[in-house]
Amino acid sequence: MADTAEGAGGAPPPGAEPDNDWRKEYWRKNLRLMVVLLVIWFIVSFGCGILFVEQLNEVVIAGFPLGFWFAQQGAIYTFIILILVYAVRMDRLDDEYGVSERNGDGSRA
Amino acid sequence: MTDIQFWALFFVVLTFAVYIFIAWRSRVKETKGFFVAEQNIPSIANGAAVAADWMSAASFISMAGLIAFLGSDGSIYLMGWTGGYVLLALLLAPYLRKWGKFTVPEFVGDRYSETVRSVSALVAIIVSFTYVVGQMAGGGIVFSRFLNLETAGGVAVAAAVIFAYAVLGGMKGITWTQVAQYSVLIVAYLIPAFAVAQTMTGIPVPQISFGQILGELNAISAEFGLSQYTEAFTARPQLDVFLVTLSLMIGTAGLPHVIIRFYTTKTVRGARYSAFWALVFIGLLYTTAPAVGAFTKLNLLEGVQGVAANALPSWIQNWAATGLVTVSPGVETINTISNNATSGADLIVNNDILVLASPEIAGLPAPIVGLVAAGGLAAAMSTAAGLLLVISSSASHDLYFRYLDHNASESRRLLVSRIAMAAAVLVAIYFGINPPAFVAQVVAFAFGLAASTFFPILLLGIFWKRANAVGAVSGMVVGLVFTASYMIYTLPVFGTAANEHVLGISPEGIGAIGALVNAIVTVVVSLLTKPPSHEVQEMVEGIRYPSARRTETTSA
Repeated sequence: MADTAEGAGGAPPPGAEPDNDWRKEYWRKNLRLMVVLLVIWFIVSFGCGILFVEQLNEVVIAGFPLGFWFAQQGAIYTFIILILVYAVRMDRLDDEYGVSERNGDGSRA
Repeated sequence: MTDIQFWALFFVVLTFAVYIFIAWRSRVKETKGFFVAEQNIPSIANGAAVAADWMSAASFISMAGLIAFLGSDGSIYLMGWTGGYVLLALLLAPYLRKWGKFTVPEFVGDRYSETVRSVSALVAIIVSFTYVVGQMAGGGIVFSRFLNLETAGGVAVAAAVIFAYAVLGGMKGITWTQVAQYSVLIVAYLIPAFAVAQTMTGIPVPQISFGQILGELNAISAEFGLSQYTEAFTARPQLDVFLVTLSLMIGTAGLPHVIIRFYTTKTVRGARYSAFWALVFIGLLYTTAPAVGAFTKLNLLEGVQGVAANALPSWIQNWAATGLVTVSPGVETINTISNNATSGADLIVNNDILVLASPEIAGLPAPIVGLVAAGGLAAAMSTAAGLLLVISSSASHDLYFRYLDHNASESRRLLVSRIAMAAAVLVAIYFGINPPAFVAQVVAFAFGLAASTFFPILLLGIFWKRANAVGAVSGMVVGLVFTASYMIYTLPVFGTAANEHVLGISPEGIGAIGALVNAIVTVVVSLLTKPPSHEVQEMVEGIRYPSARRTETTSA
């Protein structure tokens, strides 16, 4: 990572040099994915499981009050799916920008 | 020797033999093997190791019991101890793996300054010690109930086995042993849970079938004068449930013994998938636990309701010997039940026994009861080993070599690390046998401290190049002092008076606010002082990309 965009002496990054546009783009896409997934993370756990649990408990499915189900089951399933989506999408992003880890023969490390 | 004791002994000896065998196979010769298992662990195996490392005696032995008595609000543990993995996977693990050295304080040292590294190493040691004592005590409970050993003897046996594989194999030995321990503990947890679900509802999948008994459980809880099982915020106010859940999540993502597990994968990609597998393996137990809690509570209440004190089920006699179940003197029939010893209820049941006793409460055969004993020990030992590694690496790698022995050779480093590990085991044995009175409450400390010290400065260190050393030190110190002060203010354990909770916020929930305070202080102080050097900013830039860019395209 020799050619980063920051100036010497530790000033914050100045405007992008053409050479490093891909870095900004990669990082922006990474951040966008992250934020979307974290919003879902918050809505399902803190939203459905805590803030609106009482309203959701009015609905009962298969014996489970819905809010209670989110708090003790649904949130955990959602967390697992979120991490899987992140890992898979980041694989694609890494490949798109050519920064995925490869062995000498080009296979995945 | 009873049937149960025979089978418990059988499974414990069998599993211990497996752990020792694995330890011998994975002994190491260099510090890279000792600290990060040669960075050569496949994602799925690493996921299982994270899961075993993470799921402690508290998860295995205590959690379902806690949920049984907390009802709906037990979700603080279920969401709190799983949701942190989303934060870890998205915000910390891949970047810390890319940077790729040995310890959490070491990253902080490279990113900020050597002072921050020393402070971090001390905090890591304190956090890990408070945690390890609970594991030792948990192991002691299993031994005293199932094998009729004195707690001291039990703790010593468990510690001797940990000692063997942790000192011999370091992280490599610990990792492969943890994979075996995960298998033991999950089988031991699921078999009784599936059996209980099958007998009570006819559907063997507890996650699905415990919905069917919730109505019944609400009704019988009301007859005992307890609150509705599925009603939210009966145990804690809403604000507190929110903050405790958040604190446990942030604390999870900031605990050094969890973070270093992601240093052991081969690649950055491996770190992401490790987090996924870890949560799959953890989720298997964590989605079962609320079902175990609900089933066991219903069984327990139905088994003792209106029963004469001299005609109680046999498991109550078995467990009465440990002092964890007590029938109040002079009680004729059981009409009230509690997990609180000072409540004055007719029957007092300690949280910690519900999982261990659930096969007995449901009347399952002796081999299954024995298997649960081995599972409880696996959970306690795997977590203890991971914590001991953090203590050993912080003490040797982050403190000793830097201050006392700069030019130690590789073999000398390995020797010192082993001695540090051995010393840590000895101290842990001592505190396991003589647990300080405040242990139960101090575990809240571990999460609060991890949340209010490590997480914010790691997060800012990765995502904000402008964060600097002065900011990080100020943030950590203010976060730590703020969180610890509130805990001391509300908990009576340090010889101070217990004060009212401010706005209903419990000491377990303060870590989230401590983390916020830390982040704000770090940002403000960083902006008021000089930005970090060019080299540091380049290092931060470097950890954002898994590898150097190739210009030619490669096929997936």
